[in-house]
Amino acid sequence: MALLEVSNLGIAFGGLQAVAQLDLKIEKGHLYGLIGPNGAGKTTVFNMLTGVYTPTEGNIVLDGKDITGKSPDLISKAGVARTFQNIRLFNDMSVLDNVKVALHNQIRYSMWTGILRLPAYREKEHEMDREALRLLKIFDLDKEASLKASQLPYGKQRKLEIARALATNPKLLLLDEPAAGMNPNETAELMNTVRSVRDQFGIAILLIEHDMNFVMGICEEITVLDYGRVIAHGDGKSIRNNPKVIAAYLGGD
Amino acid sequence: MFRLKNMRKSTKSNLVTFGIVIGFYIVIQILSALGLLTSSLSGQLVPICSYVILAVSLNLTVGILGELSLGHAGFMSVGAFSGTIVWTTLYGQVPNWLGLLLSFVVGGVVAGLFGFIVGVPVLRLSGDYLAIVTLAFGEIIKNVMNACYLGYDSTGLHLSFKDAASMNMDPTGTMIINGAMGITGIKKASTFTIGIVLVILTLLVILNLINSRAGRAIESIRDNEIAARSVGINITKYKLMAFITSAVFAGIAGVLYSLNYSSLVAKKFDYNTSILILVFVVLGGIGNIRGSVIAAALLTVLPELLRAVNDYRMLIYAIVLIVVMIFSQSPQVVAWRKRILDGIRSRMKPGPKAKEVQ
Ligand SMILES: Nc1ncnc2c1ncn2[C@@H]1O[C@H](COP(=O)(O)OP(=O)(O)OP(=O)(O)O)[C@@H](O)[C@H]1O
Ligand SMILES: [Mg+2]
Repeated sequence: MALLEVSNLGIAFGGLQAVAQLDLKIEKGHLYGLIGPNGAGKTTVFNMLTGVYTPTEGNIVLDGKDITGKSPDLISKAGVARTFQNIRLFNDMSVLDNVKVALHNQIRYSMWTGILRLPAYREKEHEMDREALRLLKIFDLDKEASLKASQLPYGKQRKLEIARALATNPKLLLLDEPAAGMNPNETAELMNTVRSVRDQFGIAILLIEHDMNFVMGICEEITVLDYGRVIAHGDGKSIRNNPKVIAAYLGGD
Repeated sequence: MFRLKNMRKSTKSNLVTFGIVIGFYIVIQILSALGLLTSSLSGQLVPICSYVILAVSLNLTVGILGELSLGHAGFMSVGAFSGTIVWTTLYGQVPNWLGLLLSFVVGGVVAGLFGFIVGVPVLRLSGDYLAIVTLAFGEIIKNVMNACYLGYDSTGLHLSFKDAASMNMDPTGTMIINGAMGITGIKKASTFTIGIVLVILTLLVILNLINSRAGRAIESIRDNEIAARSVGINITKYKLMAFITSAVFAGIAGVLYSLNYSSLVAKKFDYNTSILILVFVVLGGIGNIRGSVIAAALLTVLPELLRAVNDYRMLIYAIVLIVVMIFSQSPQVVAWRKRILDGIRSRMKPGPKAKEVQ
């Protein structure tokens, strides 16, 4: 059984069928791409997978567990983490605290332990600091740990979102346009980072990206959406040469 | 390296806050011993402590959780009434320290219970419903307590929301709450020392909460609710935790306030009082706990100092409020202030870049 099994997933907003009859199968440790023209429904798929939207049909099974329509915090606990197309950091909190928030369900102590400063408080806080700094280091953000998240430049904010998502210890990581707004150097560097994150953490990654070099360069399997429906599925090469895909992209422009 | 520095920063900042409170206490004690304390100021000492607790606790809801509450006086009211009832009925039956302790506990718990009742339906919804509901809550509590007649006689408790006559109480019975006249004949029990102890307790709990796992969860909801849920935060739970904690301390402040006077009336805890507490929070800086302490203390004594121009008190408040809001909110002014501060810092510390290179 695959890590993620999505079948016949669909959602309608009023009269608009944003996504319809979507089937997806993602194996553990795979790098998977979701592409398509603007408005194809890619982000909407992420929103259904993470419980932000409740699908109107179909189901989502993660690691054998049905998570369809569950709340976002429960889905996070079940092992799905994400980044956002429009960056959503905790802007008034430090870079370090952004990651520590995401360790919430990994390293725990009670409200009273915190208020009464019981011995476990220090111990767990140190553990959180260590773990958060380790994650920040992967993205070369450890030097900026005490800055406010909003003080980071755009590219680093995107990286912080990934570090924060990883802190929830996911089985499946969803990246929504991770390279958006990055220059070619940063993009190339990000490709390496994404690949090494997959290797290091052994997790599956599903990513949305408009940068075709990025997607073709690292994804082993790609699904193409157009008007909410799958129009192609396969490896980079077959997608690149698929006439339907070419038409969709040309038509979209 | 980094960790140590960071820890020290927040601990240091908290220590400064406690230092200010304790310093204030010592200064007042010295002034009092020297006979330099005017009677009008000494009469304000307990209210100052009470308002400091109210402002700090409201800041937890407004500044840390990021929800607007316009009914903090309502929680103060239910705390004041329940705590005062405990104090007056137990008076003479148990040692005073125990009666006092119980009245603070009951006042806090009852206010927290109301926080739960108000919070559960509202905080599950996202959106700015809390402001409206807390506003209504404050007004309802005021009107209900204004019309509440409660007493006891040999046959038991009697309650009416119409008038004293419809309580059907024996004429020899004891009146506890007498409608709009409230509770009278309260044995004054609050002291400045008790007030300061409660201020420190409030600060300990709220500052420790903020700098903990739960506090970070609360702040993350303020900054971005969708992202907070996406990293596994149960937002209803943490919203309620912040809001109820806030209500508990408002209740304790209510008891402290009430036991400073011989009578307690519901009218005191109206919309104006809620707004006044909010003004303290805004002036002290939203999310800035130390700012709330200072603003509440200064603005509670300010009217006393401005006795001569009492008619213009609210006008002065309004002007000060607007000026401070501009000073703390306008992006241009914030940038300007930061430039000045950075300029001063770099002049005081050689090599301002050292930290970044490290
Ligand atoms: N909450 C919503 N209510 C109504 N319509 C929505 C909602 N969310 C998305 N849509 C619609 O669903 C369609 C798909 O949007 P979506 O954001 O998923 O596109 P996308 O593939 O991510 O596009 P882009 O590449 O521009 O990010 C669009 O027509 C959008 O307007
Ligand atoms: Mg999108």
